[in-house]
Amino acid sequence: MTSPTLTAMTRATLAKDLRLEWRSKDAINSMLFFALLVVVIFAFAFDPTAEESRRIAGGLIWTALLFSTVVALNQTWARELRNNVLDAYRVSPAPPNAMFLAKGFANFIFVAVLQLLMAPLFVVFYSLRPIGPLWQLLVIGLLANWALVVNGTFFAAMSIRTRNREIMLPLILFPISIPALMAMVEATTEVLTGDYSPRFWIKLLAAYDVVFTVVCLLLFETVLNAE
Amino acid sequence: MKNAFVIFALATLALLAYGLYMALVVAPTEATMGDVQRIFYYHVPSAWAAFLCFGINAVASVWYLAKRGVKADAIALASAEVGVVFCSIVLLTGPIWARPVWGIWWTWDARLTSTLVLWLIYVAYLMLRRFSGSGRAPVLAATLAIFGFFDVPFVYLSIRIFRTQHPQPVMGGGENSGLDPVMARAFLWNMLAFTCYCLLVIWMRYRLQIAEQAVEQAHAERALGERA
Repeated sequence: MTSPTLTAMTRATLAKDLRLEWRSKDAINSMLFFALLVVVIFAFAFDPTAEESRRIAGGLIWTALLFSTVVALNQTWARELRNNVLDAYRVSPAPPNAMFLAKGFANFIFVAVLQLLMAPLFVVFYSLRPIGPLWQLLVIGLLANWALVVNGTFFAAMSIRTRNREIMLPLILFPISIPALMAMVEATTEVLTGDYSPRFWIKLLAAYDVVFTVVCLLLFETVLNAE
Repeated sequence: MKNAFVIFALATLALLAYGLYMALVVAPTEATMGDVQRIFYYHVPSAWAAFLCFGINAVASVWYLAKRGVKADAIALASAEVGVVFCSIVLLTGPIWARPVWGIWWTWDARLTSTLVLWLIYVAYLMLRRFSGSGRAPVLAATLAIFGFFDVPFVYLSIRIFRTQHPQPVMGGGENSGLDPVMARAFLWNMLAFTCYCLLVIWMRYRLQIAEQAVEQAHAERALGERA
């Protein structure tokens, strides 16, 4: 029997995860409602004027998205623990990275949907009108999404192995993500205020994405087999 | 091995005592800052010791993932714990100095922020170790250490864009840089003393860890023997 290729395996696992999510809508519903709550709470906590909100919105958007991303990430592997799917996967000849990539892509799609739904909400609640070019926000959104999701998917696989599972994920993900978070917040703020070019921060985010994707792919097999 | 440890411990104690004497008695009082500047003889060597520990931790983690030796893991754990302690000393002595000199306890400046982020990463590392079962902890922790290692350049780059308030390195800087020779001597003695001190504590913690592993092993073997 030949072992399945990386692409075929990734596609199959991704299709399975998306189908499950399409039927249950567990991750997206909990993320969306959670993000909505954070946005409303921030609005009460800071009560910003239009000018202020332009300056702080970058931070608010990404903190809200960071927190709600964790909600989705925690569900990533929990599903596979039941019926020992992970153990079955470990003994199968399928490449481990296919599993990781499929989970990563699935989370990427969930967070992208969340971003699409949240963006208009922010515009309405904080009366935002970006001064810089809008297409840059799209690039920042995609790069930032992957920056959170790639390490998040990886660390979620680590944290389900610990005693305090769901609490562990933010405890290890947030410290490592600080530079990425800083880059996405600063880049978004530069676009919203139009003061400076966000180019440096976009490059930093892109480099972060590349470096950590490679690190994750190199180390995932080790973590999957850690016993 | 035991003798070497005792000799090294005594030498370290002597060095620390001499460093203290140099820093508090011999070194002249700084002209503008006064006596509070003397904290520098501990602040900078502690920072150096913390970075040394995190460096050792990164090397030991890679070594562990490559060879899976228990010794590499014991070194990684010992250096991470000692590094967090020294890093905490840096983060505590900094504000004590900054309050009278800058007028503020803390500022989100490049060096301060990077040190804080490094501290956060290694506290996360210790938490991960504590909450994972003894069989998995070494692998998971070593993996996180490698993430931390790759994170450092990004932390440094992103935070450097912020304005820097921390004093530039005094030695080897521009034209007006340079320490008074007596101050430099006191500083270098303390650097040496803290390096030895840091290695000594790692060594102690390492021996303790090896002993703990042996005890755990003995317990496991006895439990197996009883069942059989």
